Amino acid sequence: MGKSWKFGDDIDTDVIIQGKYLVINEPEELAKHVFENLRPEFAAGVKEGDFVVAGENFGCGSSREHAPIALKASGIEAVIAKSYARIFFRNAINIGLRLVECEEVDSIQDGDELKADYENGVIINKTQDRTYGIKKFPDFLSKIIEKGGLVEFGKELYSQC
Amino acid sequence: MPSDKTISEKIFSEKSGIDANAGDIVIAKIDQIALQDGTAPLAIKQVKELNIEIKAAKLTHFFVDHAAPSPRKELSNDQKMIKDFAESVGADFSPPGEGIIHQLMVEKFVNPGELVVGADSHTCTYGGLGAFATGMGSTDIAVAVVLGKNWFRVPESFKINVEGTFPEGVYPKDLILSIIGKLGVDGATYKALEFDGGAIKTMHIDGRLTMANMAIECGAKAGLFMSDKVTRNYLIERGREDRFRELKGDENAEYEKTLEFEAGDLEPMVAKPHNVDNISPVTQVEGTTVEQVFIGTCTNGRLSDLEVASRLLKGNRVKTRLIVAPASREIYLDALDAGYLKTIVEAGGLITPPGCACCVGIHMGVLADGEACISTANRNFKGRMGNPDAEIYLASPATAAVSAIKGRISDPREFL
Repeated sequence: MGKSWKFGDDIDTDVIIQGKYLVINEPEELAKHVFENLRPEFAAGVKEGDFVVAGENFGCGSSREHAPIALKASGIEAVIAKSYARIFFRNAINIGLRLVECEEVDSIQDGDELKADYENGVIINKTQDRTYGIKKFPDFLSKIIEKGGLVEFGKELYSQC
Repeated sequence: MPSDKTISEKIFSEKSGIDANAGDIVIAKIDQIALQDGTAPLAIKQVKELNIEIKAAKLTHFFVDHAAPSPRKELSNDQKMIKDFAESVGADFSPPGEGIIHQLMVEKFVNPGELVVGADSHTCTYGGLGAFATGMGSTDIAVAVVLGKNWFRVPESFKINVEGTFPEGVYPKDLILSIIGKLGVDGATYKALEFDGGAIKTMHIDGRLTMANMAIECGAKAGLFMSDKVTRNYLIERGREDRFRELKGDENAEYEKTLEFEAGDLEPMVAKPHNVDNISPVTQVEGTTVEQVFIGTCTNGRLSDLEVASRLLKGNRVKTRLIVAPASREIYLDALDAGYLKTIVEAGGLITPPGCACCVGIHMGVLADGEACISTANRNFKGRMGNPDAEIYLASPATAAVSAIKGRISDPREFL
């Protein structure tokens, strides 16, 4: 269970982690600068198990994998958004950051207590006593997620070619 | 009997060896792989993590362009590591000063009908040559480097049909900004844009590259042009005529959406802060004060862009800082020979080494608090050029050049 950090639409990867930090490759160091310009209090305030909640097109812009890496290292349990930009979506799955697609994020408020139940495909909002359905991924993607990311999946692909 | 196909479906069918249609997930063979200094270190880390034989080293090209030359020891160390790695596996390495990844890939390597992936979102630029090219993250690129393959979802396509001729002072940049304005920043997420029509068939390669480059700004996976006689002439110039092949979408191919544009109706456009789809005609923001003008990048740092800028700047003195970055060494040399750079410097401009220059805000041309810049780049996100308290407007090289002369955003048509 964790707290919701609410964001809007079109949150781009420059906002998630600025270009000047691309020189950093250690996840924990990157995590110190997540959302630095947009919500300077995020990096210090985020707790293990919290959720980033956003609208449409989360992660648009630059292909920097530093963005999902920084988010994962910040300790959040998952990003919950209406939709994701394509490259960010692949990157997140590849490095094992959990993404949840959910149409009903508008009703989630900043600071709401959330709990994810992936088995039953729901997000539970404890603060508002509501549950939201989450969208299921295609089987091919679920396979990569089950393997823990693309590196392990790639090794399996290698053995086949 | 396979049905009529889009350009994307044709390329993925060839590269996967199966009859691939929009929506299919395929494992496809990759022809070329590009990486830059910002994203290569993570990709190399993942290649090492995979710890298996590297199959595609010969198809892999590393470029140092984002911070070239390096302003900090940390970046210098990264760049050295990239060079050492490239040499150790037999991959290609392009040092600082050669130019921007996307310009060099087009000048030297990419051919129509190829499948190209790059660890940079603007890899889609190569669609200007009729290649299916798309940006990926470092882990995806690592898998491509190791296996020479990766998985892809064959995208649905939008057809963007553009007829007519461009009015004076209006350029492919104004067209692509208009298209993004219409689609929105996520209007084409996961889709391929396929450009067609009279105004596209007559468009030179520089213009096609500018437009393909910005396909990602409406979320698209690729921005594809047909490969035709314009492409063939370009490949002849580059000494790669043997790599030419004709390629276009079939007549009855399935397009999810068709957008119609009339080039004659277009006018000079700008994208206002802080999103690329925040579009307006230049006439609506005319007079806005700008402190810096930046002409360059993988969007608009080519010879024809520098020609337009120098023609407008000739005999004038700029009222802003004017920073000009040729996209490659070859463009730099050609612009020197043609006198464009002399004109720009005489007008008060400064020339940076070929590379990304101020676009990503990591090594030069960072704006002060409260300043505004009009730039020929592809992104105006908050903080993009290194300062979240500054504003970025995007426009064509012509609009940028005349705004430098006036010290405020201006309409290039008044200078023609």
